[in-house]
Amino acid sequence: MSGGSAAGRYIGQSVQRTEDPRLLTGHGTFVDDVVVPGMFHAHFVRSDVARGRITRLDVEAARQFPGVYAVLTAAEVNGDIGTMQPTMFTEAGFGPNVPSAPLHPLADTDVRFVGDPIALIIAENRYVAEDAAELVEVDIDLLTPVVDYELAADETGDIVHEELGSNIAMRLELPRDPAIDEAIAGAAHVVTETFHQHRHTCVPMETRGIVARWEPFANELHVWMATQAPHEVRLVCSRVLGIPENHIRVTARDVGGGFGQKMFMPREEIVVALAAHRLGIAVKWIEDRRENLVAANHARVDRAVATVAVDADGGILAAWLDHLEDAGSFPVGATGGAGAMVGMAFPGPYRVPKYGFSTTAVWTNTMGRGAYRGPWMFETVAREQMWDHVARTIGMDPLEFRRHNVIEESAFPYTNAVGMMVDNVTPGRTLELAAEMIGYDAVRAAQAVPRTDGKLLGIGMALTVEPTATGIGALGVEVATVRIEPTGQVHVLLGTGAHGQGIETTMAQVVAEHLGVDFTDVVVMQGDTDVAPFGGGTGGSRTAVTAGAAARGAAELARDKVLAVAAHLMEAAPEDLEINAGVVAVKGTPTRSISMLDVATAAYHKHEQLPEGMEPGLEATFRYKAPGRTWANACHACTVEVDTTTGKVEILRYIVSEDCGVMINPMVVEGQVSGGVVQGIGAVLYEHLVYDPDGNPLSTTFLDYLLPTAAEVPIIEFGHVETPSNTPGGHKGVGEGGAIVSPPTVFNAVADALAQIGVKITKQPLGPNEIVAAIAAAELAGADA
Amino acid sequence: MGEHVVTVTVNGRTRRALVEARKTLADFLREDCTLTGTHLACEHGVCGACTVLVNGAAVRSCLMFAVQAEGAEVTTVEGLSPADGTLSPIQEAFRAAHGLQCGFCTPGFIVSVTALLRDNPHPTEHEIREGLSGNLCRCTGYQGIIKAVQLAAEAQR
Repeated sequence: MSGGSAAGRYIGQSVQRTEDPRLLTGHGTFVDDVVVPGMFHAHFVRSDVARGRITRLDVEAARQFPGVYAVLTAAEVNGDIGTMQPTMFTEAGFGPNVPSAPLHPLADTDVRFVGDPIALIIAENRYVAEDAAELVEVDIDLLTPVVDYELAADETGDIVHEELGSNIAMRLELPRDPAIDEAIAGAAHVVTETFHQHRHTCVPMETRGIVARWEPFANELHVWMATQAPHEVRLVCSRVLGIPENHIRVTARDVGGGFGQKMFMPREEIVVALAAHRLGIAVKWIEDRRENLVAANHARVDRAVATVAVDADGGILAAWLDHLEDAGSFPVGATGGAGAMVGMAFPGPYRVPKYGFSTTAVWTNTMGRGAYRGPWMFETVAREQMWDHVARTIGMDPLEFRRHNVIEESAFPYTNAVGMMVDNVTPGRTLELAAEMIGYDAVRAAQAVPRTDGKLLGIGMALTVEPTATGIGALGVEVATVRIEPTGQVHVLLGTGAHGQGIETTMAQVVAEHLGVDFTDVVVMQGDTDVAPFGGGTGGSRTAVTAGAAARGAAELARDKVLAVAAHLMEAAPEDLEINAGVVAVKGTPTRSISMLDVATAAYHKHEQLPEGMEPGLEATFRYKAPGRTWANACHACTVEVDTTTGKVEILRYIVSEDCGVMINPMVVEGQVSGGVVQGIGAVLYEHLVYDPDGNPLSTTFLDYLLPTAAEVPIIEFGHVETPSNTPGGHKGVGEGGAIVSPPTVFNAVADALAQIGVKITKQPLGPNEIVAAIAAAELAGADA
Repeated sequence: MGEHVVTVTVNGRTRRALVEARKTLADFLREDCTLTGTHLACEHGVCGACTVLVNGAAVRSCLMFAVQAEGAEVTTVEGLSPADGTLSPIQEAFRAAHGLQCGFCTPGFIVSVTALLRDNPHPTEHEIREGLSGNLCRCTGYQGIIKAVQLAAEAQR
C-alpha cells in the first residue's frame, strides 16, 4: 500500500497510529472523562414546541430543589455579551452579505424550534439537574410553525424570525445568460427534473460536551471541550464573555468524532461557559443522544430543479439550476450553508458551456443547519443523479454520458461557465478505473438476463471534483513549531484539532521524514491553546495540505539549523552532511557523525560551541498559507440488489477510485474515505431526521434514526490515483470526499435497478417503504395508462 | 431517593460505593470506580459503546442499574489489557487493521469482540458482522473493524 514516486521512509507508509494504545485500552481523555474538583453539572430545559411566545417562566421550585446550585434564564445570561457568531463570519472572507439569525444564549420572549434552550439547571450531578428540570414551569402560547422549507419560501403567513421580516435567509440569482435559452431552444433534448435530499446529519459517537471553569482570582477561564477547533473556541469565549484571549485556555485531548458538528462553538457550549464565568464555578455539560439528534446541527435539506439541454450525441449544451435549502432556525456557522458553492460547483468535472443558477436559503422552525462533511455536496448529489436521469431519458448509458462530457485532463486548469476554476485533477482517470474495477460491462450484461426471484440488479456511479483546503482566513493558514529538546527528542506543536484523523501519527511522519529523525522520536502536541500556536483546527479537508505543509516547512527550517550547528561542530560544510535516524553524518562517510543529542547539547547548554552570532536553541516555527483551493477528485461505483417485494436494498460491491495526491498514510486515507462512504450509505438507505407537521422531531433515538451497522456495509475496494498537488508534499485533502460522492452513487444504483421496471425515483431516503411505494405507484400509473 | 451500598468486583478488584437505586452501572463504573474507558453514546441500549462483561456476559451497562450488579464480576475495557502496558492480541489486531479512528466506540468493540471470539473462536465474516451489529461506529465504516476481528481470530489459532 505504499505511495507513488514520492514515497519515502515514512511518507506513503501505513505507519501504525500513535493514538491507538490509549484509545484501545480505555485510557483516552474525552471531555466526559475530565473531572475538575468541585465542578457542577448542567442540564438544559428546552422548548417542546416549535414556535410560540413564552408567557411565563417560573424556575423557583427548581432553584429550591436540593442539590441545585443555580438556575439560569435569559435574564441572567443574555445581556452584555459579544457576538456568538463564529470568527470566520465576523473576520476575513465570509462577510457581511451572509445575514445571521438573531441568536441569543437562551430563549427570551419566544421559542423558535423544538429543543430551543430556555433555562440552564446547575446542580451537583446530572441526575439531580434533570429532576429539577421537571419542576421548571413554562407557559408558551403556540404560534403556527414553519416546518416545510418548500413552503417557507412562498412567504405566506408565518415568519420564523420576525425581526428579519422574511423567511428568505439568503438569495443569490445570477443574470440568466440568453445563450442558455438559445441552447435550450435549439437542443435535441431538454430534460428538467427535481431532486430532493432529506434531513440527516453528522451523529458522531461522542455527543457534544464542555467543562468550563472560571477562576476569579487567577483571572483564568479554562475550557475542556469536544471541539474540532480549540483556538476558535478561545476566540469565541473571549468575544462573548469579554475575557482577554490570553486569559483563556482551551483543551481538547481526545474528541470522539465531529464531521463538522464540532467545528464551531455551538450555542449550548457558549451558555455553559457564560454560566461558569457569571457564577465563578466549574461546570460540566454533556449532551445526551436525544439532545444530539434534536438540538445539534442538522444538515442536508436541499432541493434542486435542474434543466439540461443536450445535443443529439448526448453532449451537454447548457444547464440551469435552481437550488433551495433549509437553514433551519439558528444555523451553526454560515447562514444557508454553502448555497453559493452548490451553484458554482454544480457543473463539476464536466463541460457545461452555458450555465447559471439561483440559490435560496430559507428559515424554518426546525433545528439549524450546520456543517456536515462537505456542506456544499448537494451539487454532486443533484448533478450525478441528474446526469443518470438525462442519460436514461435520451437512451444513453450513464457511463457513456459521463465519458462523453467529462473534461479531459489536458484541458485543466479549466474555468467553468460561472467562473469556478479547477486545476490539477484526474476525473477521467478515476472514472475509468472505477468502471473497470466494478466490471461495468459485465454488470450490464448480467442485467440483461431475466430473473424470476423478484430482485433487480442495479449499478450506479458518481464522479466529482472536490475543493479541499481553503486558502481563506484562519482556515487558510496552519502553523507548526518543530522543537528539538535538550535530549534530542522532537516536539511538534500544531494548531489542529484532531478527532479521529490520526494527526499525531501523520504529522509525525511528515516531520520525521523531513527532519531525518526516527518516527518514534517525534511527539505531536495539539488541542491545547496554551501549548499550540494559533491555528484553524481540523475540518474542511485541510490537514494534509495546510498542516502538512506547515509541518514540513518547520521541519526543514529545524533541519537547516541542525546542519549548520553540526557543520560547525564537525568542521564540515552543511551541504556535505545528511541526517538519518537522528544521526548527522558526512555523506558517504558514515563514521564521521554526531548525534542529535550532541547538536542539542551545543544549542542549549554548551552554546559557546555554536557558530559566531547564532541564536542558541533548536526550534523553528513555520506558517503555511494554502492557495485559494486545492482540488481533489473521486469516482465511486456500486452495485445493488433491490428486492421488489420487501423494498430491501443490498449493496453487493462498492468501489472507490480517488485522487488525493500523495498519501501520507494510505491506511489513514482509506479509513477516512470508508467512514464517509458508510455515512453515504446510511444517508440514502437508513438515516432520516423527521419532523411532524407541528415541528415535533420524531427521530430522537437510535431506534428511529438508523445508523448503518457492520451487517449493512460492503467491503469497500480502493483504486488509488495519485497525482501530486501544487502544494508542498503534493498532498490533497481527503477528509470529506467519501461522504460527498457516496450518496449519489448509492442512489444512482437503486434508480438504475428500478428503471428496469419503469420506476423513477427522485427523493430520499430509499428505505423499504419508499421503494415499495414507488413501485406500487408506478404500477398504478401504468395500469391507468 | 434511597441509597444502597453496592459491592462489585471490577477488573478483579472489590469496589464498594453508596449509590442511588437509579444509578446506572455505566455511571457507577465511570464515576464511583473512576474507570472512564466505558463510554456513553446513546444511553438507550443501541450503540454498544457502554458494553462491559458482567459475569462473563457482554451487557449494555447503560441499561443496568449498579444495584443489579451487586456481587457480580464485572470486566471493563481497562481489565482487558495486560498489566505491563502492552496490548492484548485483540487490541493489537485493531491497531494493525486500523479498526479505530476517534476511539470513542472502541472500548465497546473491544469488550464485544472479546466475548464474541471467546464464544466463537473461528467466526465467518457473516458471523462477525452479525455479532458486531450491536456496536455502532461512525468513523471507520467498519472496514478495519471486521479485518481486526479476522486478524485476532487468526492469531488465536
